[in-house]
Amino acid sequence: MFNGLVNGAFYALLSLGLAVIFGMLRIVNFMHGALYMLGAFAAFALGQLLGLGFWPSLILAPLLVGLLGVVLERGLLSRLYGLEPSYNLLLTFGLTLLTQDLVKQVMLSRFAVSSAPYSPPEVLSGVVNLGFVVFPKYRLFVIALSLVVCLVTWFVIEKTRVGAIIRASTENPVVTRAFGINVSLWVTGVFAVGAALAGLAGVLAAPIYSVEPYMGAELIITTFAVVVIGGMGSILGSVVTGFAVGVLAAVGAAVYPPIANTLVFILMALVLLVRPSGLFGLPEGAR
Amino acid sequence: MSAVSKLGATRDPARVTRAAWLIGLGVILLVLPHLIYPVLALDILAWGLFAVAFDLLFGFSGLLSFGHAAFWGTSAYLTAFLLGHGQSVPVAIAGGTLGALALAVPVAFLSVRSSGIYFSMITLAFAQMVSFLALQWTDLTGGENGLQGFARPSLLGLDFSDAQVRYYVCLVLFTLGFGVAYRAVRSPFGQAQQAVRDSEQRAQSVGYNPARFKFTAFLLSAGLAGLAGAMYTFGHGVVSLEVVNWRTSGEVVMMTLLGGTTTLFGPVIGAGLVLLLRDVLTTANLPVGIVTGVVFVLVVLFFRRGVVGTLQHWLRRR
Repeated sequence: MFNGLVNGAFYALLSLGLAVIFGMLRIVNFMHGALYMLGAFAAFALGQLLGLGFWPSLILAPLLVGLLGVVLERGLLSRLYGLEPSYNLLLTFGLTLLTQDLVKQVMLSRFAVSSAPYSPPEVLSGVVNLGFVVFPKYRLFVIALSLVVCLVTWFVIEKTRVGAIIRASTENPVVTRAFGINVSLWVTGVFAVGAALAGLAGVLAAPIYSVEPYMGAELIITTFAVVVIGGMGSILGSVVTGFAVGVLAAVGAAVYPPIANTLVFILMALVLLVRPSGLFGLPEGAR
Repeated sequence: MSAVSKLGATRDPARVTRAAWLIGLGVILLVLPHLIYPVLALDILAWGLFAVAFDLLFGFSGLLSFGHAAFWGTSAYLTAFLLGHGQSVPVAIAGGTLGALALAVPVAFLSVRSSGIYFSMITLAFAQMVSFLALQWTDLTGGENGLQGFARPSLLGLDFSDAQVRYYVCLVLFTLGFGVAYRAVRSPFGQAQQAVRDSEQRAQSVGYNPARFKFTAFLLSAGLAGLAGAMYTFGHGVVSLEVVNWRTSGEVVMMTLLGGTTTLFGPVIGAGLVLLLRDVLTTANLPVGIVTGVVFVLVVLFFRRGVVGTLQHWLRRR
């Protein structure tokens, strides 16, 4: 149940990034899982090459992934705006294949490993007694940090001026541009932030799941399901559903183990039957 | 995208071009197992039909299914299961195809209610359910080990242990499947399907029911993907979890795009190119994923018409 919250924290962080990118830019970023993996890989590589520990990596790795996001959006994705969103999905799918195998090659040739363990920092090792359950400190930290990040992102986008500009830029780029706002700069920024969120999730995941080129491959599919259940593009929906799915899957697994992996997809089918636009989504026409 | 609807205006030259494509493709497929390993040729047939099936939905209905591995894989497993339980080859292939079709009914019912990117994600999720099921239902699928060593009892004096024989049997099945797709696209149903794709409102206003057309197109596509999956099992004699992996769903998209969507011939040629490329890469010990990824990205960015689409465009402009 509590471990479900840890998984839920990763679902929430990832689907948050996905929802930000989709909600604002209408890009279905299939590469999100690969960016998550790159975050973990960056933390590992920074440690190996520069001897950097967990804390600097926690800042640096998401920044690097965010930077890669800028390159991706400016260099590749921006060429597909105006076409059907399917092409964005396809492009990022191709990039995913490319990135996974590239990292695999690098890990094998440069570091001579196909998967690497990554240790949490000293301060967060060990367990903490919460009264009702004894829980590893690091996992508690993951849950807390991702909650904070989700809340801050939600607040910025829904309640601040920055969020208003972003929403305006994507809803009506022409009018927004007329107000003297550099729309394409904001679009790049949003993509970079979404990518950085995936990178952050990756660094956080590294000490729990260890670093491996295909670590994002299955996770991204579950994340997609979470985003669909929550309502595509809905920030709140992604976060709430992310945590809920993590917990539900853990409870489901305790009751009937084989169902753990499929539960989220069964849930998705049920939700779609009743509410095609997802739990927190607006109907398709109202967007 | 409007290329197909324009064909009607210039009927005769178009018909000649189509006949030329048909004959060309037919000749290539007839001699193929003598040019490359028969099993690779078999692969091209199976994946080629799979890609045609996918294109029926994507190119002609505008629905990007990202979960077509579900139908291909379900049929592949069912065919292997039936062969492993002493059924004859035709029964196994028919059983696999029908199984895929049966699975498609609920999936289509739930997914065609949404469109665009939503449709893609929903089909992907369903395919993932099938994939987890295949992993866990080990009695039926062999789990991580897959299924192998099942018999392919000979029939009517045909010895199915010979890959060439299997190839020509599959060529007959392929022709059958391709014929169905070809007819469907040129039929009033196919025309209406494209009308729905181009503008749902317009199609609705002239009295078509878009949801029904999408539903039927989905079933047709899934059934043909099932037939292709059955061919794959029959050809290889092995089935593994790979057939239901999401990467398989992506690969068929890539083949279709590379060959050219809405061309019907394109997907077959795309499948051939991808498989030949992969064969060369593996033999030369080059990283397959990196090269396929790069090709995929380049096709999406700069070559969206695909090989056949580009050729047709170029021929028409001359």
